[in-house]
Amino acid sequence: MSDILQQVIGAIFAIAIALGGAVAYFWGTNWLLDKFLATTTQMSGTEITRRDGLRSQIRPWLFLLPALLFLSVYLVYPVIETFRLSFFDKSGTRFIGFSNYLWAVGDGNFQRSILNNVLWLIIVPSFATAFGLVIAVLADRLWWGNIAKSLVFMPMAISFVGASVIWKFVYDYRGEAEHQIGVLNALVTALGLPPQAWITLPFWNSIFLMIILIWIQTGFAMVILSAALRGIPEETLEAARIDGANDFQIFFGIMIPQIWGTIVVVWTTITIVVLKVFDIIFAMTNGQWDTEVLANLMFKWMFVNFDYGRGSTIAVIIMLAVLPIMVWNIRRANAEEGTR
Amino acid sequence: MTAAVERAQDLPRPTTGTPGWLARVNVGKLLTHLSLLILVALWTFPTAGLLISSLRDKDQLAVSGWWTALSTSGTQGVTRIGTAGDQIEEGGKFVIRGNVFGEDTNKSLESFGLSNAAPAAAAAGQSLPMNDGGAITVQSDGSFEWVADTKFTHTRGPRVFYVASIAPRFTIDNYIEVLTAAGVGRSFINSFTVTIPATIIPILMAAFAAYALAWMRFPFRGLIVAVVVGLLVVPLQMSLIPLLSLYNGIANVFGAEDGKTYLGIWLAHTAFGLPLAIYLLRNYMAGLPKEIMESARIDGASHFKIFTGMVLPLSFPALASFSIFQFLWVWNDLLVAMVFLGAQESKLVLTGKLVSLLGSRGNNWEILTAGAFITIVVPLIVFFSLQRYFVRGLLAGSVK
Repeated sequence: MSDILQQVIGAIFAIAIALGGAVAYFWGTNWLLDKFLATTTQMSGTEITRRDGLRSQIRPWLFLLPALLFLSVYLVYPVIETFRLSFFDKSGTRFIGFSNYLWAVGDGNFQRSILNNVLWLIIVPSFATAFGLVIAVLADRLWWGNIAKSLVFMPMAISFVGASVIWKFVYDYRGEAEHQIGVLNALVTALGLPPQAWITLPFWNSIFLMIILIWIQTGFAMVILSAALRGIPEETLEAARIDGANDFQIFFGIMIPQIWGTIVVVWTTITIVVLKVFDIIFAMTNGQWDTEVLANLMFKWMFVNFDYGRGSTIAVIIMLAVLPIMVWNIRRANAEEGTR
Repeated sequence: MTAAVERAQDLPRPTTGTPGWLARVNVGKLLTHLSLLILVALWTFPTAGLLISSLRDKDQLAVSGWWTALSTSGTQGVTRIGTAGDQIEEGGKFVIRGNVFGEDTNKSLESFGLSNAAPAAAAAGQSLPMNDGGAITVQSDGSFEWVADTKFTHTRGPRVFYVASIAPRFTIDNYIEVLTAAGVGRSFINSFTVTIPATIIPILMAAFAAYALAWMRFPFRGLIVAVVVGLLVVPLQMSLIPLLSLYNGIANVFGAEDGKTYLGIWLAHTAFGLPLAIYLLRNYMAGLPKEIMESARIDGASHFKIFTGMVLPLSFPALASFSIFQFLWVWNDLLVAMVFLGAQESKLVLTGKLVSLLGSRGNNWEILTAGAFITIVVPLIVFFSLQRYFVRGLLAGSVK
């Protein structure tokens, strides 16, 4: 019990120190800056201009310093270091060129992971976006639409591990003679078919794992697309209806083109989630029965085999897959910056 | 939008007669209701199943689907009854007594038998002759009486097979067991220990940086914004190995075993949350009216004063959005916790604990369902009470 108490007190202490430290730092450095570069009426005009200029040059960096420090140590430096380590051996001491990459290309598990990742990338974003769009359109037309949206959105709050347990229960398998307590097998046996151990059924098991992520991400797609749909001018839809367009024509001919930009953003955001997906595979199969994906494979090489070179190589490959989206995001942000 | 749809549908359609178009409109509306209902049901039933199962009696949970939670379920069982050592002599007869259910009393015996093939050889209350002599009678509450005229000599208790029914029963026993015996209670505290500081620490740091990036002019500003946007999507996998080495290196300097401390994970989560925090807050602050800023500047207020006195209070909605994101992300995280806090039992957070239960108690659904519900209940409360801020943050974070 005492170690729990110690742990809680430690956490409270950390919050106090962090908050106190941050306030002291920001307040203190600003005070110092204003004190040492203060201007008085006795000073010459050029001196006042010089000091004013210096102050406004230094202050932004005082504001930015803690954040930049954290970003550099925890994200920028590791990215460079991981890249470097991918050219080194297991312990990170001997340079071995592209050997790790060559190993990866020839490794069966790696090939399997790439294949699965591609499947995940095709299936999960498309289904999550499509379901999200359909639910958004339907919910916006009904009085209980907001309740429906809340319920579909709810899995977003659930951890991947929690969701895995929820779905593992759905996929649960008992012997053929026993009573099935998993919903899926209960349905299958009710139809007169034999129950299956879904999670161990190669190829299909990957699909069953993907369903978990689709289940989680649909809420995200729905919320963003629903907001975009509300942004379509009412007059546009009204005009189409007066012209005699039916609901399907309005959906495909007007709504989808109008929110196309948002659909792409939703798609890419889910794509990134998919590329990094780890928890679901780790909790459900740990890569067994042909379900391996890159993130889980990377974890194995890092934590089971302690091969930092190969682990880094797999990380770099995930990074390379993310890179095009990253560049696209940056360009979008820059374009937006220009219009501001 | 809804009003407009209805208005459009109220317009008489030229092609059909009056009852016809009325029927068509209603069918369309009905289909909308029905489709959405099916979709919502699909999205909720897995969670509902988990919640209902976690509250069921563990014997019932193991033998019947959660959708039958309200009906009586049947179960089959087998038990070994006493050996010669358990016998007592009563009025010249030798008797062995006991209960086939052991301590368990929520079952009700329907029939029993002496072989696997015939568990229903006799109904409750009837007798069956035994191979070791005498006859056995089992009552519906599971108590049995094995009576023989001669002394028992067997050393191995014969097996009795039975069919029993379990009346529907809801209980919080599963939760009590999970929180105490299975160690989830400890993990619950660990999750809070990790999450609260990791949510609070980045806020002020990010807010100052966001203000500088939104309202101050200085060289490399555009570059820093671009880097932050880029870091938003950098896979965590890129950070793990170097940071782990760094932590272990620091731990070595201090003579510690390994670098797995709460401080370490707080700082890691702080840093991993910063890009989103800076991005969200900068977007929000940049959207504040320019006129207010400029008039404050003309009045001689410094950036520091404007920020602390005006921008920070005005940014409350964005701060709330980020806090919810960070809270949910840290609470739900598995990878960072495993790498920086380790798999030691006393330091497992809820997600890690759940994974370890999946491994060790994979078939004990009473443990898994209750454990899973405990891990998701806090995020669900946060989510349902603060959904507005969460949605606002999502919208600000992904679409611009």
